Formats: sequence, C-alpha cells, structure tokens
Amino acid sequence: MARTLINAPASARRGDIIEIRTLIAHPMETGFRPGPDGKLLPRDIIRSFSCRYDNELVFSMELHSAIAANPYITFHTVATASGTLHFSWEGDNGFAQSEIHNIVVT
Amino acid sequence: MTMLTRRNLVFAGAAACTVSLRPALAQSDELQAVVRAFAANAPVREGKVQIEIAPLVENGNAVPIAIRVESPMSAADHVKAIALFNERNPQREVAVFHLTPRSGRAVVSTRIRLATSQKLVAVARMSDGSHWSNTVDVIVTLAGCIEGS
Repeated sequence: MARTLINAPASARRGDIIEIRTLIAHPMETGFRPGPDGKLLPRDIIRSFSCRYDNELVFSMELHSAIAANPYITFHTVATASGTLHFSWEGDNGFAQSEIHNIVVT
Repeated sequence: MTMLTRRNLVFAGAAACTVSLRPALAQSDELQAVVRAFAANAPVREGKVQIEIAPLVENGNAVPIAIRVESPMSAADHVKAIALFNERNPQREVAVFHLTPRSGRAVVSTRIRLATSQKLVAVARMSDGSHWSNTVDVIVTLAGCIEGS
C-alpha cells in the first residue's frame, strides 16, 4: 500500500466550492531513464486518478510519464450533500489504490 | 553527406548549441499535431486558459503548475477537459484533466517533469465544443528525466 495524503475539509456549507489536495507515494518511473546497467528501466507509472462523490464521478485525470514522482493533484468540487469522497489511483503493474474521505455538509 | 571531419564536427556542435539556446518562435509541428488531435481538428483559440508556472525553473524533476480556465462551471457552460502538452520531453502528453459541472471551479494543479527549456500548451475543451489554449515558455536550469544515467 502506497502512502497517501488527502487534504479536504471535514465539513462545509451546502453549495460551497471546496478544494481537495491529494498526494500519493509512487516513483513514477518514466520508462525513459537508464538504470545502473545502462538499460532503460521499465515504465512504472500511475495512469489514472478519479474522485467520486457519493458514487458520482466529479473529477478524473490521465497521467503520463511527465508527472513528477509522488503525484500531487489538486482540484475542486461543490459540496452538495453529506457523504463520501472516494479517491482511486490506477497504474502499471496492476497498481490500484483507493481512499475515502467523509464530509459533513450543513 | 559531407565528410565527417573535425572541423565539421565543431560546426555541427556549435549549430546544435545555437538551436537549443534560441527560443522557439513557433510551436513545433509535433506539438501542433497533438493539440490538433486533442481538439479533433476543431479550431483552437488563444484565451480563457491560464497556465501558472514559474518562468525560470531550477529543478525540472518536480515543477509546480496550475491551470485555470474562465468558466461559470454551470450545467450549460462548463469545462469538460483540460489537456497539458509539452514541446521537448520524450512524450508530448503530460496530463488530461476531466471536469464536470460538479467541479465548481476550473482550477487544477499538479507537479510535472521538464526535460529541458521548452513550451507548454494547455488546451481546454468546453461543453459547447469550443477549444481554448494558452502557451507559456519555461526555462529549466536542471533538467528532469535524465538523472540516474
């Protein structure tokens, strides 16, 4: 399991636009970089990220080799109702991880 | 093909240096091609999109970048996708962000790798099918992607 950091408010007023910041520990090996033996290291990157708010997709992203190691992604969403934000990352070599964040909307 | 003499080599080296130091005046063909492909040959206009990045980057391994698009982000008028392309990394694509009216605000940020000084282009696809773009030049002093060799 890769370490993740999720920074999002625990509560918000209905209709507020909230900022969500996520970070996940991942080397994002580009596939263009030679290893100690001079051969290219095989690519190992996170290819996609998505955020679902109570099962509705509110944001997603396609990542390529040019995203820096430990991908940091920020975006916004409208606080519509109390519920769960579900984050998921998927990548090469079967990498898959998901996290949840609960939000109370008043 | 000219003979490969010492003099020719020196000239070739000097020419390569001037090419890499001269700021590119026009977008490279390859960059234009990926932007056209993303827009599916629809016209791409300058405007509405703003790339926020330091013009002088010390370390190309992790460069903070933010992209904001002017849009009310309503169900009728919102940003559907923002694509970020570069000119001189091994691959033209950097990232594609998919937004919805529930995003509320068309502002995204991340950290990217830059192999060398180059142009970056962000293209936004709106819900009405129009495409808007912004191009910035970035100077990189320490390149990303090549360490470890």
